[in-house]
Amino acid sequence: MMASMAGRALTRLRIVRRVSIRRSDSSRLATSTLLGVMFALFFVALFANVGMGAVEIPPAQAVAIVLSHAGVDTGIQFEPRTDAILWNIRLPRVVLGILVGGSLGVAGAALQGVFRNPLAEPGIIGVSSGAAVGAVGAIVLGFTLFSAYSVAVAAFLCGLLATMVVYMVARAYGQTAITTLILAGIAVNATAGAFTGMLIFVADDDQLRSITFWTLGHVGGATWPVVSSVIPFFLVGLVLLPFWSRPLNLLTLGDREARHMGVSTERVRVSVIVISALMTGAAVSVAGIIGFVGLVVPHVIRLIAGPDHRFLLPASILGGATTLLLADLVARTVVIPAELPLGVVTAMIGGPFFLWLVHRTRLNWGGGME
Amino acid sequence: MPATVTDVDGNEVVVEDISRLVVLNGDITEVVFALGLGGNVVAVDTSATYPAEAAALPKIGYQRSLSSEGILSMAPTLVIGNESAGPPEVLEQLRSTGTTVVILESVTTLDGAARKIRGVAQALGVPNKGEQIAVELESQINEVKTLAEKAEERPTAVFLYMRGLDALFLIGQNHLSHELFLASGAISGAEVAGVTQPFIPLTAESLAVVNPDCIVVLTAGLQSVGGREGLVSFPGVAQTAAAEEGCILDFDDQYFGGGGPRMGQVLMDLLRAFHPDLAPA
Repeated sequence: MMASMAGRALTRLRIVRRVSIRRSDSSRLATSTLLGVMFALFFVALFANVGMGAVEIPPAQAVAIVLSHAGVDTGIQFEPRTDAILWNIRLPRVVLGILVGGSLGVAGAALQGVFRNPLAEPGIIGVSSGAAVGAVGAIVLGFTLFSAYSVAVAAFLCGLLATMVVYMVARAYGQTAITTLILAGIAVNATAGAFTGMLIFVADDDQLRSITFWTLGHVGGATWPVVSSVIPFFLVGLVLLPFWSRPLNLLTLGDREARHMGVSTERVRVSVIVISALMTGAAVSVAGIIGFVGLVVPHVIRLIAGPDHRFLLPASILGGATTLLLADLVARTVVIPAELPLGVVTAMIGGPFFLWLVHRTRLNWGGGME
Repeated sequence: MPATVTDVDGNEVVVEDISRLVVLNGDITEVVFALGLGGNVVAVDTSATYPAEAAALPKIGYQRSLSSEGILSMAPTLVIGNESAGPPEVLEQLRSTGTTVVILESVTTLDGAARKIRGVAQALGVPNKGEQIAVELESQINEVKTLAEKAEERPTAVFLYMRGLDALFLIGQNHLSHELFLASGAISGAEVAGVTQPFIPLTAESLAVVNPDCIVVLTAGLQSVGGREGLVSFPGVAQTAAAEEGCILDFDDQYFGGGGPRMGQVLMDLLRAFHPDLAPA
């Protein structure tokens, strides 16, 4: 008990120290440099994704096609089929990748702040496992009410339902305790896992393959109707979440301390959880389960730029989007004409990169108690 | 050419050019090759294991996890497959680029095989060739059925799916194997056990209760448990009549479950195993 209290005090001290360092001029410079690098990487990833794929499209034609949809005639000739491939297949996929990656990144960062727990990720509030029950259920039980979108709709609704259960269970006297939230999340995840397992048990061979495909994540099914149906959820989160930066910063000091400084902790918690659940639910329902981005992207940014949410939240959007774009580029170009599951690529590239980063950072901090 | 075919959703699709085919499922690939149009196929999915020429073609991924750009990069004039092909968004994407896509019904029954052959042949503009193969298949099926009807005693047969020592499944009555057993003069073990679902994890005791006289497995599955010796040492399997009499049959996945032009041959193989006295020499 004493040891853990001491440990917590030490962590706080470290956060305070880091926050104060962040405010120095040299660090502000480092932050803006990082932001510049991240924007550059994002645009490289964006152009590579639009320009590269199984079907070769010359850059000039790609530009001409995009401009032609904006009503600008460049005079560059292209075939209608090339237009269809770029506009109907590749671009919606790129846009969906940005939205899903950005959402997972920022939701992960915000939830880690709200839970004051470095292991928090969108899955902690039950949304991913709930969505899995919905998707697998729709596949196995043949739910087709919304035709091709049935799996996505079922996933989205069940994801939100699971989060609601977590929140309701953890709420008492108008308050939620973080520990109770985490425990409720664990219990709901376990129950959802059991439902999914039961459904897998009765699934046939074909359904199992569909389930595996869904579970490994993908953005290849993106079409403009799919993108436009989920875009509101993403936009709400991408625009609103960064507004909670200051309260989240204060929350890192502890609930009581934050309240003394005028933060309505319960309201921050509810808002962040609801928005994160909406974003993650939408992401999971259209792209399946994509691990790593929500958990690790915020950590990478914290390791480089410190824990200030005013920077962390927007940077996690950018970092998540870039990570997903790069992973998807690999997924769809290394085994042409087939493609790799996206969730596998994010973890396979991201895992070792994160290990390297953690190791390097530890070397920089030096040995000792850390 | 052009050929008109009704797809599984009831839409009429006009096929104008079959010079470059991308085939989405292994069993359809087999039919395309049987129709003599294998030379037009430019890419197949990973379930296309037969014939060997098909297996050597570029792979567009597995039938259930296809990617539209990969398929389009093969510049197909026709994309053909059955309902197992997906995900559905990918098929939509293909159609949105103006690519001709024909999706036929997935066939899992004995008399569905001839229908599938006719459907593929219709789509590829070679209905006569398809009719010829379908009629031949139907007469082979009838021949085995007629021979099997003379049987006085019927052995009980089960189809087991396995991967390693921990995963052993009994395949139920709604699988093609059930019909194959009945047609070749056996009692279906799935019916004895009252199993309708396709994959039921098996307990040792329930298999011993069914006590099959013959066990059918996939060759790859048999290898994964260390061959015949490995299989008959399984608890539950060891206690069956099949293990005692050594009636263990193994077939290639695509051959046994493909439901295609080779199904007459499969039935004859089964008849030989179940009723050696009835089968023609």
